[in-house]
Amino acid sequence: MQLIACPWCGPREEVEFSYGGQAHVPYPDSPAELSDEEWAHYVFFRDNPRGRFAERWNHNAGCRRWFNAIRDTSTYRFESVYRLDDPKPVTP
Amino acid sequence: MTVQSPSTARTPRTTRTPGADLPDQPDSLWRSAEPRRSYDVVIVGGGGHGLATAHYLAKDHGITDVAVLEKGWLAGGNMARNTTIIRSNYLWDESSAIYEHALQLWEGLEEDLGYPILFSQRGVLNLAHTLQDVRDSVRRVEANRLNGVDAEWLEPDEVRKVCPVVNTSADIRYPVLGATYQPRAGIAKHDHVAWGFARRADQAGIDLVQDCEVTGFASDGDRVTGVHTTRGTIAAGTVALCAAGSTSVLTDMLGIRVPIQSHPLQALVSELLEPVHPTVVMSNAVHVYVSQAHKGELVMGAGVDSYNGYGQRGAFHVIERQMAAAVELFPVFARAHLLRTWAGIVDTSPDASPIVGRTPYENVWLNCGWGTGGFKATPGIGSALAHTIASGEPHPLVAPFSLDRFVSGALVDEHGAAAVAH
Repeated sequence: MQLIACPWCGPREEVEFSYGGQAHVPYPDSPAELSDEEWAHYVFFRDNPRGRFAERWNHNAGCRRWFNAIRDTSTYRFESVYRLDDPKPVTP
Repeated sequence: MTVQSPSTARTPRTTRTPGADLPDQPDSLWRSAEPRRSYDVVIVGGGGHGLATAHYLAKDHGITDVAVLEKGWLAGGNMARNTTIIRSNYLWDESSAIYEHALQLWEGLEEDLGYPILFSQRGVLNLAHTLQDVRDSVRRVEANRLNGVDAEWLEPDEVRKVCPVVNTSADIRYPVLGATYQPRAGIAKHDHVAWGFARRADQAGIDLVQDCEVTGFASDGDRVTGVHTTRGTIAAGTVALCAAGSTSVLTDMLGIRVPIQSHPLQALVSELLEPVHPTVVMSNAVHVYVSQAHKGELVMGAGVDSYNGYGQRGAFHVIERQMAAAVELFPVFARAHLLRTWAGIVDTSPDASPIVGRTPYENVWLNCGWGTGGFKATPGIGSALAHTIASGEPHPLVAPFSLDRFVSGALVDEHGAAAVAH
């Protein structure tokens, strides 16, 4: 079983975590001014890359806190984990 | 489990060798073509949907200047990895229409292809375990009947008659309170289906090009003029994307956003067993689906792995839960050996319905988002997409599944309505 390094608790088994999809999707600044198409993209459309992906995880069977991770969707390897208020790491 | 010694081994009840009725492995059924420099139609993805689309382009529309480009080997992606369940008992009109169209084509497909596909209409049970399950299931049976889809509601004693190995006792964690039953549902031999379509398409003069990965697109305004591949650039009059879990990789190259997420979906087989399981059983709540393949393996699947993944493998704890669910429902499976597990990459959409139709490019057609259920649709989407390509207008059966429904809000929400929830 894969170990995931929670930024608060350290490495724990994968089953303790739940997935939260793409990270860094900001709530619209001016929701009332969004077109239907812009709303559709905010609600339904997410990136789906093959390779590096910045995504949200929750350590729901541990500290129950959210964090972000850079993970490779081809190898499933976690390259880094970081807190929600940290900026997205610059990847090569 | 313990190994039986020869002295205690049971005498087989039947002398029939499992799989004896299967045809021999065929000789080569199609040419592996060298790509030409130009085609009227280029289909990206040589799986079930791509091959079926090629077949119906030739058969129904006389369009044979067609190439099917496959990055790996023919039908080696999800077409080789699915659990082969075919049914049309979906809740909404739009879904049941396309899946019932497919089922009717399945019923004549062996004759159409002139090739054995071992389509076995052994019926599917969708089990209900809670009062809400029962209400939803009865509602779906009524909806199916209104749409001309064969469907029945079975009480637990009738479930036991259809599939005696299901545990219908009242004292289990998720007791079986009944099931919907679609007698015309079944399974087919997925490889044979792909081979049958490939053979027919090849006979019509269509080029099936393997080991040919699309690396980019050439465009001129709102038209795509060709595809760049690992085997050179190929000019195209029309392009159809049939790449399932890898669709986003292609649409990213085109600069189109599509609301799909690619997940690993795992399946597994047991060792070969005597016939014990006469039908197909699916359970939304306990979360497993099971049939027994023609050769005798128990074939099982469950939900997707939670994270996005292109690795064609999943996490072991997902298999473990799936096995726990299977043993809960089928205590007789407890002593069976697991032989093999694998995963495909499924393209899930926000409303659990496919995304088929126009793109911002006028000559590029999209076919994706079939998620965990694309196999059953193979002939249906093949014929509808071929019609779409030939006429330049979305076929009425795929029109409700357009990309712009996510803007208009006209979703076809099949989440949990008819399949294992994902």
